[in-house]
Amino acid sequence: MTALVPLPVLLPLLGAGAALMLSRRPRAQRAITVGVLVAIAVIAAALLVAADQDGPQVVWLGQWKPIGIALVADRLAALMLLVSSLVTLAVLLYSIGQGMTGDESETPVSIYHPTFLVLVAGVSNAFLAGDLFNLFVSFEMLLFSSYVLLTLGGTTARIRAGTIYVVVNVLSSMLFLIAIATVYAAVGTLNLAQVAQRVDELPDHVALTLQLLLLVTFSIKAAVFPLSLWLPDSYPTAPAPVTAVFAGLLTKVGVYAIMRLQTLVFPDSPLTDLLLWAALLTMVIGILGAIAQSDIKRMLSFTLVSHIGYMIFGVALATKAGLSGAIFYVAHHITIQTALFLVLGLIERRAGSTALLRLGGLARFAPVLGVLFFIPAMNLAGIPPLSGFLGKVGLLQAGLAEGSWLAYVLVAGGTLTSLLTLYAVAKTWALAFWRSPEQAHEMMKLLPGTGDAPTEEDAASPQLVRHRGHVHVGSVAFGERDLAEAKRVADADEPDRDLYQRIMDGSLPDRLPFSMVGPAGALVLLSVVLTFLAGPLYGYTDRAAEDLRDRTPYFSSVLGEEAP
Amino acid sequence: MEVNLTLLVVVAALMGTGVYLLLERSLSRVLIGLVLISNGVNIMFIVASGRAGTSPFVGSSDPADMADPLPQALVLTAIVITLGTVAFLLAMAHRSWQLHGHDDVQDDVEDSAIRKLAIDDANSDSYDLTTSGQHEDDPVEEGA
Repeated sequence: MTALVPLPVLLPLLGAGAALMLSRRPRAQRAITVGVLVAIAVIAAALLVAADQDGPQVVWLGQWKPIGIALVADRLAALMLLVSSLVTLAVLLYSIGQGMTGDESETPVSIYHPTFLVLVAGVSNAFLAGDLFNLFVSFEMLLFSSYVLLTLGGTTARIRAGTIYVVVNVLSSMLFLIAIATVYAAVGTLNLAQVAQRVDELPDHVALTLQLLLLVTFSIKAAVFPLSLWLPDSYPTAPAPVTAVFAGLLTKVGVYAIMRLQTLVFPDSPLTDLLLWAALLTMVIGILGAIAQSDIKRMLSFTLVSHIGYMIFGVALATKAGLSGAIFYVAHHITIQTALFLVLGLIERRAGSTALLRLGGLARFAPVLGVLFFIPAMNLAGIPPLSGFLGKVGLLQAGLAEGSWLAYVLVAGGTLTSLLTLYAVAKTWALAFWRSPEQAHEMMKLLPGTGDAPTEEDAASPQLVRHRGHVHVGSVAFGERDLAEAKRVADADEPDRDLYQRIMDGSLPDRLPFSMVGPAGALVLLSVVLTFLAGPLYGYTDRAAEDLRDRTPYFSSVLGEEAP
Repeated sequence: MEVNLTLLVVVAALMGTGVYLLLERSLSRVLIGLVLISNGVNIMFIVASGRAGTSPFVGSSDPADMADPLPQALVLTAIVITLGTVAFLLAMAHRSWQLHGHDDVQDDVEDSAIRKLAIDDANSDSYDLTTSGQHEDDPVEEGA
């Protein structure tokens, strides 16, 4: 079985090469990409069974044991691999559907498919890495492909968002390298299992420095407050399938790395208080940001940040129940967040916008879309009996079992976040799906600065004074460019007509292609299936959490007889 | 472990300059800042590899005298990755220059939206005007 372990990294890389060579033959390219992803899903399922029955599956590449690179597929890694491969497959099918229906500009086949495969290879490698530097390389692989995917087409908005994204991530990579250099200087190895064994002999302050360095690095990737501020601004501008796979996977890779770090390398210094505070702030501030948004994409990006808090909450508790809940929540959240962003792509395609101001009445003239949005949205908010509810209950129970006052605060914060998420998605539902398009149109006319209010009117109003290239409003001065930017943002999505006007014009695409609805629906179905499988899945995550806390299975399978 | 002070000073200087440039507005300066930081990090790996030694080829000298080859391999990987990053960022700076005529890092959307709300607020009827639309710095017109 161990021969399978390198394949989830190897296959997509080879596939990416093949796809790049075949860039003139889109059909062959699609076949390769889909074939590779299906193969990875099958392999991941096999690894899951093997890891569950026979313990962690380990491969020392080139047999350079114990100084080479190890790939480890234990219960946690195998589960992450399986969920991520299913999700990426759905996203890929969706983007193929989008590409074949003439929306080629969003996902140009020649670049998109190879890059997507490199992203998958990076994600798989991050889950399997048993080595800090290998983890760094996999981060770079997935980040590089994400840079390309995020700036596809090089439009103004994407370059703006991409600049921040790239700079922040390059900086976090530098931080990771500093951490790796420090770890190597301190313990003389980068293999996670060996680092974990040697770290006990270090003085406390050195160990704490190493831990904090790595924790900050991974927190930037995972978007833990206050290191989350880059996320909501950079994700929403990308094409819908790209945003979906980013939102689903990239932050979870960071969470996975934090999980590994805290359980494998530093189990004796759980930093519970620090992480609990970070989790609380991530949850509450993230969701407050989500409430304030008037665009569904941005709203969902903020809920993404907010719900990372739940996972950090579970990791911070460092109890079996907490870790098990966190692992379950990661699996649930990957599916649900990706599904929501895919559905959002459908909404954008159907109604031409994701701005709440412009939408209305979708439930009437796109009922399937309504169902596809409603189920994952309620799941996200944690309405019983869906998997989101089960995941949150698991985490909150773990918090109550912990019993410290801070854990109680976290339980309260988690409940509040859940309710506020419900408020945010209910608002979306009420505005985009429930009211009629006419109502939306009337309401927009009333708002200042948007819709029908022209710029000349603003200029003529007595409170605005233009002087030396500045616009003075009361006692505040703005640059002309800032004003133009603010205007442009308010009317970000051209053509400047809302849904009602589009219906009146008859310029609405009549039906959504099944090739796009199918994959999105499959993911929604997967999230529902997770609800029914919650019992066995919780059994599995319990065993995975047990492994994480025990550490012996990892050591003995990676280092063999050298384990203590 | 012995640490070479010169190398540490070089690391500190590179990192400090890099961080300073990183805080600039223009993307090309940010880029140079990142390059300096990454060079600082690379030198840090040399510090982490311990004392200098002979070249690590099997049979060329006593293994006890050899330098540690692993950090050098890591630095090589890091350099290659940085090269790719720099190329990508340069392309982005160029694209930004094509689009806007400059390569300044742009404002956050949220920031602009909040500013717009403030403008709307100031434009609303209930806004309390304390000055007559004049900025403090503006010259008061004579005879007005």
